[in-house]
Amino acid sequence: MAGEVVLLNFWPSTFGLRVRIALAEKGIKYEYKEEDLSNKSPLLLEMNPIIKQIPVLIHNGKPVCESLLIVQYIDEVWNDKSPLLPSDPCQRAQARFWADFVDKKVYVASRKVWRPKREEQEEGKKEFLETLKTMEGELGDKPYFGGETFGYVDVSFIPFYSWFHAYKVLDNINIEAECPKIDAWAKRCLQKETVAKNFPDKKKVYEFVAQTRKKYVSA
Amino acid sequence: MAEEVLVIGAWHSPYSRRVEMALKLKGIDYKYIEEDLTNKSPSLLKYNPVHKKIPVLVHNGKPVAESLVILEYIDETWKNHPILPKDPYERANARFWAKFIDEKCLPAILKACWGEDQKEREKAAEELSKLLQFLENELKGKRYFGGETIGLLDIAANMIGYWLGVLEEASGASELLTREKFPKLFNWANEFVCVSAIKESLPPRDKHVAFMRKRFGMVNASK
Repeated sequence: MAGEVVLLNFWPSTFGLRVRIALAEKGIKYEYKEEDLSNKSPLLLEMNPIIKQIPVLIHNGKPVCESLLIVQYIDEVWNDKSPLLPSDPCQRAQARFWADFVDKKVYVASRKVWRPKREEQEEGKKEFLETLKTMEGELGDKPYFGGETFGYVDVSFIPFYSWFHAYKVLDNINIEAECPKIDAWAKRCLQKETVAKNFPDKKKVYEFVAQTRKKYVSA
Repeated sequence: MAEEVLVIGAWHSPYSRRVEMALKLKGIDYKYIEEDLTNKSPSLLKYNPVHKKIPVLVHNGKPVAESLVILEYIDETWKNHPILPKDPYERANARFWAKFIDEKCLPAILKACWGEDQKEREKAAEELSKLLQFLENELKGKRYFGGETIGLLDIAANMIGYWLGVLEEASGASELLTREKFPKLFNWANEFVCVSAIKESLPPRDKHVAFMRKRFGMVNASK
């Protein structure tokens, strides 16, 4: 079960952060390798020749790609502690559905906030907030999306919080005001050591986002 | 308790048919409700309020949406004829390729068939060829992606095994999945559509081609 675990990542990536949190939840020791995405390493290209993206988990020399698939893999291999997915098939299906929603709707909408034209940006912001409000509806009054315990949907979604400060400063999107339950949930997650220890510094993320944004806007 | 399994779908949708394929493979009786996507029913809006899309599986009153999520649910609920391997690495692999088909292959297929102009269609066809090559390599020496019997990835690849041909015919696009270019994938597709659970779940071809042609047009007719 143990064996060698390596993670190829890029520090601001919300997808990579999902894997870091999952590994921490399971108490797995691993070697971390930072990738320069403008100059991808031969290892990354060898381990993920199809998509050529991080994160990639390399377990005993074999690669697993795509963040949600990696999190499920981790949950299945290290199944002796901190289960991330529930055991009931119906609840598992719900968890997979919502993690998929984060990828297909929340993430996609968050990219639209980057549009250089003002009207498109406003529309992007609106769409992004709508997806967050949908997540807020699903959370309801539960402490976590997983119910009483931190689980798969929480792991899938909490990394996006690392970019909220940047959205507030750059785009004037105040998620604390617009989605207070999501904000409270995020702060609750950050009280967990497994999340807090791996969370990137919000100022560093802001600088990264601001710098990367310039490339898109000036293109 | 008597089991109630309901599928809300659309006859021409590969996603909808995936669910039926899995249920038929496992010998699960179900009731099928055809959804008019131009006039969505209160049932659909109730069972899938988030996306308002088909397919939806309703099992004893509880809905599950998103075809790949539904396939995993079916496999976890009815343990006969498993469609996912036991080994976590092989499972991750099957899921990866299923995602690849939905996120990479389908957009390329649609552009190759109905892209805005000839240049865009040709570029998409080139891209699709590269993607099909990956799937060709993934088959290796196996009869099916799932090994000796069909699995989740074979079902997800219904897009390639059957829908690709229909869309090419409807749009007049050149056939991409040929024996010469992709011998393993070509063979796989022929075997795939012969599996009874799959065969019984395919839409009637002529009706399907006519429907897609009417919906999207025959843009490559000038060839």
